[in-house]
Formats: sequence, C-alpha cells, structure tokens
Amino acid sequence: MTGIQPVTDKPKIPAIELKNVVFYYQTAAWQLSLPELTLQQGQHLFIKGASGSGKTTLLNLLAGIITPKQGEIKLGGEQFSSLSPAKRDTLRARNIGVVFQQLNLITYLSVLDNVLLSGHFAGLAKTAGEQRAKTLLQSLGLGPELISQPAAALSVGQQQRVAIARALLTRPALLIADEPTSALDADNRDSFMQVLLEQAEACQTSVIFVSHDASLRRYFSQQLDMQQLAQGVQPCC
Amino acid sequence: MLLKLARQSLWNRRGTALMTLFSLTISLVLLFGIDHLRKEARQSFTSTISGTDLIVGARSGQLNLLLYSVFRIGNATANVSWATYQRISKHPQISWTIPLALGDSHRGYRVLGTNLDYFTHYRYANNQSLQFSAGQPFNDVYDTVLGAEVATKLGYQLGDQITLSHGVGAVSFSEHKDKPFVVAGILAPTGTPLDQTVHVSLEGIEAIHLDWQQGAPMPGRTISAEQALAQDLTPKAITAFMVGLESRMATFVVQRQINEFKGEALSAILPGVALAELWQMLSMVENLLLLITLLVLIAGLVGMMTTLLASMKERQREMAILRAVGAHPWYLFMLIQLEVLLLTILALLAAAVTLVVTLWALQDILASSYGLFININPFSLQTLYWAGAVLLVSAVLACIPAFTAYRRALNDGLAIRL
Repeated sequence: MTGIQPVTDKPKIPAIELKNVVFYYQTAAWQLSLPELTLQQGQHLFIKGASGSGKTTLLNLLAGIITPKQGEIKLGGEQFSSLSPAKRDTLRARNIGVVFQQLNLITYLSVLDNVLLSGHFAGLAKTAGEQRAKTLLQSLGLGPELISQPAAALSVGQQQRVAIARALLTRPALLIADEPTSALDADNRDSFMQVLLEQAEACQTSVIFVSHDASLRRYFSQQLDMQQLAQGVQPCC
Repeated sequence: MLLKLARQSLWNRRGTALMTLFSLTISLVLLFGIDHLRKEARQSFTSTISGTDLIVGARSGQLNLLLYSVFRIGNATANVSWATYQRISKHPQISWTIPLALGDSHRGYRVLGTNLDYFTHYRYANNQSLQFSAGQPFNDVYDTVLGAEVATKLGYQLGDQITLSHGVGAVSFSEHKDKPFVVAGILAPTGTPLDQTVHVSLEGIEAIHLDWQQGAPMPGRTISAEQALAQDLTPKAITAFMVGLESRMATFVVQRQINEFKGEALSAILPGVALAELWQMLSMVENLLLLITLLVLIAGLVGMMTTLLASMKERQREMAILRAVGAHPWYLFMLIQLEVLLLTILALLAAAVTLVVTLWALQDILASSYGLFININPFSLQTLYWAGAVLLVSAVLACIPAFTAYRRALNDGLAIRL
C-alpha cells in the first residue's frame, strides 16, 4: 500500500492526496482506513474491489460527498475535506468527473445537454462549453448527428462515451470511474478503455478506476486493493 | 438550466404529469367556478330590486312578503284592501307606489296585476329602469306585457292572444278562457324574476274575476269581455305594494306608521334588510359548497405530492447523476419545487381557460333556461389572491418530496440503487 508513492522528477501539485483518512458509519462495525494515497497529475490508479468492499464509500470520500472522520483529503492542492458542503459541490463540479457503471445519462436530456450539465455546475461559459463538448464528443467517436438525440436513444457503449465526455468537459484534475465497463462486451470494453485513457491523457486528468475485473488491471501502472483498506466486520452491502 | 431540467423531467414523465395536471385543473375549475357562481348569484340576487324603500303587504314575516312580492315564490296570507292602499299612498312622505296583485298564472308563469307606475318607478340592479324590447306598456284592460323569458320560452310576439289561469300551478283547470289578453309589450331581459312574469293591469285582473266568487266561476252567471268593460273595474283589494319615499330619512318613521296602521294589519319591510336576511340563510349552503371545493382542491394538491413522492424512487439515478456533476442538495430541492410550481401554474392557466370557455358556452343556456345572467369573466382581484394562495399551499406541500430529494442526496451520495 505504501508502494503507491509515485516516482517523479517535477514537483507537481498532486491531483489528489489522502493522509491518514479514516471513515466509518455509526451503525456498522466496519471502518475504512487509508494512511496515505497520492496521485500526481496524469497518473492513473486501478482499485480492485468486489461489491460490498466499501468501494462506494471510498468513491463518496474521494468525490467529497462525505467527509472522513479523521485525516484529510486534498484535491489539486486544496483542502477538500474541511470545506463547506456547498464549496465541496462546486469543487467537485470543477475538478472531478464521474463515470458510473451504467445508466450515466439523464434520459430525457439530449446528448449535448447531458455533457453540458457538468459545465453548468462548474460555471463554464455556455458557448465555450458547447464548443468543447462537441470536440470531445467528436474525438470519442460520437458524430454531430448524435448530439441532439435524446440520451436514451443511444447504445450502452455510446452512453458510456457520452459519460466520459461529460466527466472531462471541465478538464478536471480527477476522473472517478466506477465499474464503467461492466455493462459492455469485450470489444466495447477495450475500445472504451482506450478512448477513456486517451482523452484523460489529453486533459492531464488522473483516472481512478474501480473494478472487480482484474483483467483491466493491465491498463494501469498502479493498483490498490479494497481488501487492504477495509477493516473489521463487513456490512451486508 | 434548472428550468430546462424541471421542464424536461416533467415532460419525461408526461403520463403521470398530465393526470396530475388534469386532476389539479378540475379542482381549480371547481374552486374558481363555484366562487364565481357564488358571487354572481349574490349579485343577481341582490340586484332583483332597487330604489324601492318599503314593501307593504298583509301582516306576515318579512321573508314571506319579500318572497312573494319580489321573487314570485309562495303566496300572500291575506290581501290589502284598495281603500287602505289609497289612504297610505296619500301619505305626504310617500312619493310613489306600485300596486301588486298576484294569484293568477299563465302556463306556470305568475301573472302580476299592476298599473303604469310599475313601468315608471320599478328599478332593479344598479338603479336600472325597465326597458321594452318590443311594444309598450299596456293601455287597455285586456293588454299584457310579458317578461323576456315568458316571450322567448313560449314564443309569443306582439299581438298574440293569451289566456290566464286561476291559481299559480303550471297546469290549471280553471282558465279565464272567455277573456283573452293581447300581448302589447315585451320587456328586455333583466336577469330577475321579472323575466318570468306576465304583467297585466289591475283592471284586467278585476275584469276576469267579475263572474268569480271564492276562487271559482259563479254558476249561471257569465259576464263577457265587453260587458265587463262597462262595469266598474276598480279593484277591491291588492296583494301588496311597493313604496318610494320622498326622503330616505323617513323610511323608519313611515315603516312604523304602516306597521301600526289602525284599519288593517299590515307589514312594511325594507327590501335591502330582508334580502340580506334571506341571503344569510342561503350563505350557509354557499359556504358549505366553498368548503367542499377547498377540500377537493387540497385532495388535488395532495395527489400531486403523492405522485411526486412516488416518482422520487425512480428518479434516484437522475438525482445521483446531478450530485455527481456537482449539484448541491439544495439544487435538487429547488428542482422539485420548480416542477411543482410549473405544474400548478399550468393547472391554473388550464383552469382559467376551461372556466372561461365553459362560461362562454353555458352563458346562453343559463340565461335562456334559468334566467341567470352570469358574467363571462370569472376573474377579479380575489381570484388572484386565490391563485396566490394555491401556489403558496402547493409550494409548502412540495417541501415534502423536495425534502426527500434533499435528504436522499445527502445520504445516498453517488450510490445508485437500481
């Protein structure tokens, strides 16, 4: 776990930095502890964990939805965990993109509006946002003919790509992907991984990728196992 | 963006949203419709008579006197003798009087015997005098002037002959067939019971009853219409009379003097006071109706909240996505509030349109069949208050699903429970 410390020459601001983070629920005899985790900009991390291993809790911590009971989390050099909830929401909008397992999109909005959502909460100018959204979608293999389609009309593979576009619209420091390939078949999965890492690279975004699928590990240089973090009796879900 | 989200989210759930809108619209139409009808009824009710200071009849309760003399409902307990009427009308404080003789009918419509003062002095609504849509006041014993509804319903025109029946039922077995009346004039619609009245002269009433006694034709004695004209047609009694005073200040003095009249037991009533008393009796029903409408409205609003609350479960994904892209829980709260606001505003608009169209469509039918003149415009400042109150209540109720969204946003975080 301590072997995660990356080797780098340039003194960059890390994308995310966790120190002595402890989190537990009042009702569960279980806790999550993470003594140290630093991810430099552009570096990716693979977190392996089955469902029920505290994965969601870790993601909520990283995304600033919940705050640790002890320790601190820094996002792009900023103290994340001690900010007010509203400020954390804004910071998340600007600096974190999220791609879920599936059903990432709001079905009643068009593809373009789905992508623009993150720009809206990040305070991105509308015209600039649209411009960037279109180029992003284009480079993700989604042509202009799909842009005004309702999100529900797209295939699962296409929807996941739209989710990448939305996550990367604001050029966030961090992209959190929660089993984004589990609903995809093998071919789609590989091409999804490729475009995801390619586009993240282009934005200098660090990807934290959570999956129980060990075969995806090969895309990442660093790995973390949920089992090392969770301690105590695990709750049912 | 918030508005767009609210709008599109509603559109996405248009099935349930439309049903909610529909039920809310119905309850709003009920609320505004009943409130409007209530006001119109009161308006039409209180405008039945105006400018008359006192109504005088044989001693009875003021409601009874008001009902038969103004609304043509019920019957008088006794008559007022012609001599008494003559004496009182010479009172120095009295400016004019209108004699009223009731008791006959024509095909269910009440016949009112009176004189030409009726057309000069009778006022209704906002001090409006009677207008003729055709013809003129009666100037012959066998002339009649019809109320607007009588003429249109029965299809009478100037010059038509009608026969009067004894008594006030719709079907009468004792008709004054031998002495038909000629339609000399038709009044313009007033929206008062006047529209359902057949007016004839007091002499006409006297003439048709010359050969009657105790409410039945005297056997073996008939007087033809022409013979009747030769006789003295001064009435022996009238049912009641209306009084206009020189000065309103004298109202109570004259009222007391009439009530204490030695020759005959009389009652003088103030129409305004009697109308108010009558309306007070009716207003209980009216308020009950309004209460029921309010309950229907609340049921509609609660129904809307139930639908929204139920939809919160299927919208968890939507909420989680919004949270993930940086929406604050308050944003979700506002989203739900805005949806409720949109629905309520839409329902208010739909209700307004429905109500105006309905009133417009029903206006003619109500006027011709019921003599109800309903203003087509149901909106007033009070309607605006109602609308504001409805919006406020729905906003308060919307806090329930909105707060659910808020709390879920805090608890569930990025977890999507499918």
